[in-house]
Amino acid sequence: MSDKKDIDHITGVETTGHEWDGIKELNNPLPRWWLWTFYACVIWAVGYMIAYPAIPLLKEATPGLLGVTDRGNVAIEIANAKQAQKKFVDQIADKSLADIRKDQGLFQFAQAGGKAAFAINCIQCHGSGAQGSAGYPNLNDDDWIWGGDLEAIYTTIKHGIRFAGDDDTRVSDMPAFGKDEVLEKNQVQEVAAFVASLSGQEADAAKVKKGAVVYEENCAACHGEKGKGGREFGAPNLADAITFYGDKQEDFARQVNNPRHGVMPAWTGRLDDNTIKQLAIYVHALGGGE
Amino acid sequence: MNSFGKMAVYGLVLVLAVLAALNAHDSLFAAHAIVFALACAIAIVVTAKRAGASADTGDGEKYLDGVVRAGTIATLFWGVAGFLVGVTIASQLAFPALNLEWAFTNFGRLRPLHTSAVVFAFGGNALIATSFYVVQRTTGARLAFGNLAWFVFWGYQLFIVLAATGYLMGVTQSREYAEPEWYVDIWLTIVWVAYLLVFLGTLYKRKEPHIYVANWFYLSFIVTIAMLHIVNNMAMPVSFLGSKSYSLFSGVQDALTQWWYGHNAVGFFLTAGFLGMMYYFVPKQANRPIYSYRLSIIHFWSLIFMYIWAGPHHLHYTALPDWAQTLGVAFSIMLWMPSWGGMINGLMTLSGAWDKLRTDPIIRMMIISIAFYGMSTFEGPMMAIKSVNSLSHYTDWTIGHVHSGALGWVGMVSFGALYYLTPRLWNRDRLYSLRLINWHFWLATLGIVVYASSMWVSGIMQGLMWREYDAQGFLVYSFAESVAAMHPFYIIRAIGGAMYLAGALIMCWNIYQTIRGNKRNEAPMGVVASEAA
Repeated sequence: MSDKKDIDHITGVETTGHEWDGIKELNNPLPRWWLWTFYACVIWAVGYMIAYPAIPLLKEATPGLLGVTDRGNVAIEIANAKQAQKKFVDQIADKSLADIRKDQGLFQFAQAGGKAAFAINCIQCHGSGAQGSAGYPNLNDDDWIWGGDLEAIYTTIKHGIRFAGDDDTRVSDMPAFGKDEVLEKNQVQEVAAFVASLSGQEADAAKVKKGAVVYEENCAACHGEKGKGGREFGAPNLADAITFYGDKQEDFARQVNNPRHGVMPAWTGRLDDNTIKQLAIYVHALGGGE
Repeated sequence: MNSFGKMAVYGLVLVLAVLAALNAHDSLFAAHAIVFALACAIAIVVTAKRAGASADTGDGEKYLDGVVRAGTIATLFWGVAGFLVGVTIASQLAFPALNLEWAFTNFGRLRPLHTSAVVFAFGGNALIATSFYVVQRTTGARLAFGNLAWFVFWGYQLFIVLAATGYLMGVTQSREYAEPEWYVDIWLTIVWVAYLLVFLGTLYKRKEPHIYVANWFYLSFIVTIAMLHIVNNMAMPVSFLGSKSYSLFSGVQDALTQWWYGHNAVGFFLTAGFLGMMYYFVPKQANRPIYSYRLSIIHFWSLIFMYIWAGPHHLHYTALPDWAQTLGVAFSIMLWMPSWGGMINGLMTLSGAWDKLRTDPIIRMMIISIAFYGMSTFEGPMMAIKSVNSLSHYTDWTIGHVHSGALGWVGMVSFGALYYLTPRLWNRDRLYSLRLINWHFWLATLGIVVYASSMWVSGIMQGLMWREYDAQGFLVYSFAESVAAMHPFYIIRAIGGAMYLAGALIMCWNIYQTIRGNKRNEAPMGVVASEAA
């Protein structure tokens, strides 16, 4: 480097005297605000490391002057949240569903809890508005397969439907009338036509007439003389326009031929009894509770 | 090595690759062995054709620039490919039907294709090409080891092809930003060591007494990426002729290794490497000296010292021990000013030349890039603070942050460098059109703003919905409701990405015309009508 000082004429600042491919460097000092902010950040970081667990030692890390940990904080927050809900949760545990429903404060609490639990656990099948879809019942109407009073809903949630892991689960086992050759193929079509006629759909009159006989002999025992269903067997009402696996005549035929048997899990063990009670209250209040 | 020796080596590797394909443990490995064999076959043919011509590796020029020209085109090609896949997966998030129910077009496979294409294919080629250019100019020496730089270039393209085809076929080790399996990792290691040799060898041959700051940054990028790549990818293959391997690490150690790698891929690939680019192309384009030599020293050493420890901030509130999280926060906060040192040196280099912003869209691009760099490197430490992180983590806010850095900083500074390089590499006296650069500038800038702001809003909304409790202490929203609420922002984000892609296409046209030697007849930039008259 030469002794001659190289000054940048635009800024009047001396350069370092180096040059690479025409690029020079000014000999400006570190900007003061930059340096002091850097110092401040370092000081803050050191303070932070003193306050919180930071330096790993042989067996465990330094605990930090504040003595707080993430897990500790979570435990405190959970304890606080539980304490805040304790009054209601204890009463829900002690009281019957009917009594909870009558108590305005408890009812509101159970509604809110049931709504939150429903949003996390139930909407995957029953839909975000509990509207259901093919194979998954709508919970807003009053067409209940297994019963729509508080206790019935509670039992369904608690033990599920056709759920292998629960001895008290609800079971209905409609036979495969066509596949197992209980009925002839034409009989399946005829009874499907009859079922269609039950809910006021147009169907071939001759088939309906024959189907009525088939129905009488094979179906009425569970679904009832007039097709109103039988909740003790989990047999759906066939006389209304609300259907489960499709509302066309061929859907009925398919179901008679080889019925689908949907499964709902038992929520015992996954949800605590308090939450199941809240869910029962919530679902009951959706619109169709009895 | 003479051509004959090279062809023998390629031939041997070709035979081994064919044998590997025939005896492969699974069809995916066989497919990749065939790709490798094809690459060897092409190399043999090319070497044989060249053998007749001059044995001289060079083209008679002082510098080896052919590889930089190839790198420029590769950068453009992979950039457009990567942006296109980005727009595609952004659209898939808004409209899931676009997954097309086909494994090859599924979001899960296209997402690593996008991240690797933009970071490693676009960014990596930009870094390799510019580092080869810069190191030659600032040392006054030709690239070391003859045509080894060409091996680095083509070897790196082969790595990209192996990685990309692997993602599409379903080969992945599921490590973020390091998805390629063990054999591709080994290949990249070989290429990377060659890259380091070329770079170090050129520095060794230098004709200048000192090493310019841009080269410190490039070198720190090359060395650190080698270390990160090797440690993060330590794994045991199930079979030496199979595509599956298992990591040597497990549990939280594995998580920390991955984020030590992931965070420093951002730190040394996307920050240090591109700072190297900035330190050469900004003073060259502005024709001004670097603002402060001292600042460049202090911020270089503090940056590389601090960055390497900040990875744990990606694992806040996880199984990672509290002490590691605390250190992650502390180093992230200390990292703020070292990062901003680069911003100050970049911006202040324009002192005395701010008027160029009016007339030079390339400078405009570089300055907006440094501005986004400053914004992202402030946002990063802020998001590393645990109470902020508890809101931002796992939300789209992170995606917005990454893209303000990637599209804003990495993309724009690379575009600026490519616009600077093209006329010089192809000996044209100017670019085809400055006005098209201006179009590119505004499309890209507005695209980033649309992209980042929609993700900020979406991310903060998402975080708030997840933690919203009602008066009774119950969660208000289900996860699915938060997903539904993000739909409009996903559409806006896809539009922002499409604008950015459109800008890049304009750039391709501009550079294509420049290479062909065409000049667009247009009014000069930034001249007020009265002055012009």
